Amino acid sequence: MLILVLKRILLGFITLFIVSLITFVGVEVLPGDACTTYLEREAYGAALEACYKRLGLDIPAYERYISWAIGVIQGDFGYSLSGEMKINDVLGPRVKNSLVLASASILIGIPIALLLGIITALWRDKMPDIIISTFTIFSMTIPEFISATLLILIVAIWLEWLPGIVIVPTGASISELLPNIILPVVAISMIMTAHMARMVRSSVIQVMASDYVQMAILKGVPYWKMVFKHVLPNALLPAINVVALTIAWLLGGVVVTEVVFNYPGLGRLVIESISNRDLPVVQALAIILASIYVIINLIADLLTLMLNPRLKSLQIKK
Amino acid sequence: MQQVVQEIKNLSIGFTSQKGEQISILKNISTIINKGETVGIVGESGSGKSTLALAMMGYVKHGLYTISGECIYQSNDILKMKNRELENIRGRKIAMIPQNAGQSLTPNLKIGYQIDEALRLHTNFQKEDRDVKISELLNKVRLPSPETIAKRYPHELSGGQQQRVAVAMALAGSPDLLLLDEPTTGLDVTTQAHVLELLNFIAKDTGTSMVYVSHDLGAIAQVSDRVIVMYSGEIVLDGPVRTILKNPIHPYTYGLLKSIPKLTLSGLPNSMSGSQPQPGTIKEGCSFYDRCEFAEDKCKIKSPELEFVNEFNTSVRCFNHKELHKKKDKDKKSSKNVLRKLTKNEILDISSVSISYAKQKFIEQLLNKIDDTNPTVKDINIKIDKGETLALVGESGSGKSTILKSIAGLIKAKDGIIKFDKNKILSSDLKKREANYLRAIQLIFQNPDESLNPNHTVEEIVSQPLKLYFGLSGNELKQKIIEVLKKVRLGEFYLTRYPRQLSGGEKQRVAVARAFAAKPDIILCDEVTSALDVSVQAAVLNLLQELKEDFGTTYIFVSHDLAVVKAISDRVAVLYQGRLCEIGPSESVYKFPSHPYTEVLLGAVLEPDPDIKPKLVAEDIVEEKPPEKGCSFQGRCPRLLGQICKTDVPPWQIDENGNAIRCHIKINDLKNQQISN
Repeated sequence: MLILVLKRILLGFITLFIVSLITFVGVEVLPGDACTTYLEREAYGAALEACYKRLGLDIPAYERYISWAIGVIQGDFGYSLSGEMKINDVLGPRVKNSLVLASASILIGIPIALLLGIITALWRDKMPDIIISTFTIFSMTIPEFISATLLILIVAIWLEWLPGIVIVPTGASISELLPNIILPVVAISMIMTAHMARMVRSSVIQVMASDYVQMAILKGVPYWKMVFKHVLPNALLPAINVVALTIAWLLGGVVVTEVVFNYPGLGRLVIESISNRDLPVVQALAIILASIYVIINLIADLLTLMLNPRLKSLQIKK
Repeated sequence: MQQVVQEIKNLSIGFTSQKGEQISILKNISTIINKGETVGIVGESGSGKSTLALAMMGYVKHGLYTISGECIYQSNDILKMKNRELENIRGRKIAMIPQNAGQSLTPNLKIGYQIDEALRLHTNFQKEDRDVKISELLNKVRLPSPETIAKRYPHELSGGQQQRVAVAMALAGSPDLLLLDEPTTGLDVTTQAHVLELLNFIAKDTGTSMVYVSHDLGAIAQVSDRVIVMYSGEIVLDGPVRTILKNPIHPYTYGLLKSIPKLTLSGLPNSMSGSQPQPGTIKEGCSFYDRCEFAEDKCKIKSPELEFVNEFNTSVRCFNHKELHKKKDKDKKSSKNVLRKLTKNEILDISSVSISYAKQKFIEQLLNKIDDTNPTVKDINIKIDKGETLALVGESGSGKSTILKSIAGLIKAKDGIIKFDKNKILSSDLKKREANYLRAIQLIFQNPDESLNPNHTVEEIVSQPLKLYFGLSGNELKQKIIEVLKKVRLGEFYLTRYPRQLSGGEKQRVAVARAFAAKPDIILCDEVTSALDVSVQAAVLNLLQELKEDFGTTYIFVSHDLAVVKAISDRVAVLYQGRLCEIGPSESVYKFPSHPYTEVLLGAVLEPDPDIKPKLVAEDIVEEKPPEKGCSFQGRCPRLLGQICKTDVPPWQIDENGNAIRCHIKINDLKNQQISN
């Protein structure tokens, strides 16, 4: 077991290394850099060279990569180019904001998704399933920028219940953030819940059709007892990995929602720093997002391993 | 007057098709289960036998519904009961033993919990008493060390053990009626014989009525007092076991019995043409009309009723049962003899082949250490002549399929050489084999559902080898495909069909056609008839035999079914734990099984005759791994000599018939001992 965990952690580090290389090379190969963006039409001659010197872009790429990598290992991402701020200071509040948004969505979305998925599966093809499934498929197919815009229109502009866009500074405290994130959380939860509920539904239906559930029924096990003892533990096991991927996606990937609501999270930072050619920030973000994926997937795999007796005893045998 | 446990009256169950038609899976079933009686329900897949058994517990599968009729238990109709009432009957009054115990035990719950659950639901025992009861139940189904078994998860048990757990669970509520749905299908022969013996013991010991559903007439013969034969959702025959199996007065049962290969018969069984009609396709007349050799015009128009024949104490659904009874006596010749032309012309030479599944560790790979002293398959030496059918038999885990795969090049052998056509060495690496040798050896797999690409038409499937090995194209290719299909008796109109539009037998014919299209010298058959119904199995066996006579092909035939092997093979090799035990001409191996393992295996075969009982001479323990030293069969051998069997690999001995065995006991002593038994 311990060896497996260590193996997975090592693999995670290798993944991160490759990710850092790819982003570095990718940004290097793209035409244009921070100086050409910054200087615009004056990007030639002495001004350009001075800019390169100032930002340290005149030294060879591999040297820059190595010195940067050493910094990252020590927890220092260096300086951003555009704002000339310490990247750690840029990232800190953004990570916190994204965490707040993600945790709120997870706390609300996942229980609802599980509930809806289980209800639709147990009442398959009956009224509750038809109603909920219509709703989930509907909210799955509408792109989030449309549902988010509609939410703003209805709740913020027509009803005037909540602020339409987030107008707090990046470094705002959680209590300042909370009323502002209600609409973004609803927008995110709608699409996330729909996806997960469909997944849970098909997983529960599959287990309900299995021989062991039929056996439990024929053994005389009362319905709800059968659902909780024989169906759910087996049906929700595969959901762990999907939940993990959703969490990782929430932490870094809700770009569209963040842009629509003007929310100062990681997703918007990605867009901003790419358009500014802010290479160090892009690299830092790539590493952070990749780490989130690696860590959360590792946790999900270990959880599955612990909860599935079949895998557990396989591991012990080895 | 016998006490009735359950009465089924005019039961019809069906579904509504996409066109809105009502289609019956069960048609007007009426029968009675008496107290203490074991009723066998037999039929091929799709005959509705499982649906009937489930209906007896008030369970109708998703999509099906009761059209008419009732299942009466203690003067109430089970099919009309509310869930609450059913929960009090299921497991307590009527219990089910499922087909596949491995999949019927909930994977995340320990064995002890699952039995305890049944006890909690259906008895008033306190916790301590229940723990004692769990051990008692596990003991009753003869599981070793019940306390450890109770703490295990289902996947940690062998197939036979899982089936025993399912029996223990069903007995927990001391039911009046046990329903068994193919409880031994998928188990090894010896395990199957042991489980059946246990069921017989339980039936006698507890006086429980049993309904035993199976496609296997051999198993039915061993346990049943009465047999119901089902065809296309109808009862066609219902009577005492001896009448049904020895004097079947319905043409379907008669044909079915003739199509089963038996140890007591030589040669191939007769096949029945056609296959069971799909539900809803027969609108009027007898559903067996198309396949019946005794059919008359009236059978096509009018459907016969179930008629009670006093003489045989049997109900039968046939207009002509009296004529059948008379005709049958004249028709004594019931099996075809196999034409054997053997040439002494070696085509394949397998010498000292060992195969290991052990994965090398990374460090061992670096040091180039290949050191598995105890490989899965070890020291296989077999020479095969052109035109011969060699059968590899053994229980699951005996390495028979592994050997086949290594001949085909799908698994690399660790040691040893396989020579083709006297002196051409076949590389163990598939990629290094010449195209001509790839063509010369073809494989037919067990399950045509998985071996045929569902997105290819029959034409595309059969064209693959023709294009690959002979570079055919256009009209020439098409003609050749039609020719090959004709050989396996499939008409031209099959060209555009997809596998899902074919029946099981037709699919396997396409797989056979694909193998023969390559004009191979050797065809490797991996359990080719195991997934087929008995009547279809006979047809495929006959087809393989005819093709062999036409083309002089060599077969290597892997099967766990010893009666099938007897019917088709010239020579048999018996394997245990990846080691050869006995090899010799089929006739003499079956007549005088010399090796103790062959004796155990043959003893456990079930014949469709209630008067031939299996001989259980060894325990059905499952060994995970072959022993490091000595004889491979030492763990289960009923004739163990002593220390020598545990330390020394037994020598080869050959008798005058050409039987070679590996045993420390003298071959003639073994024979004498068996005869004196």
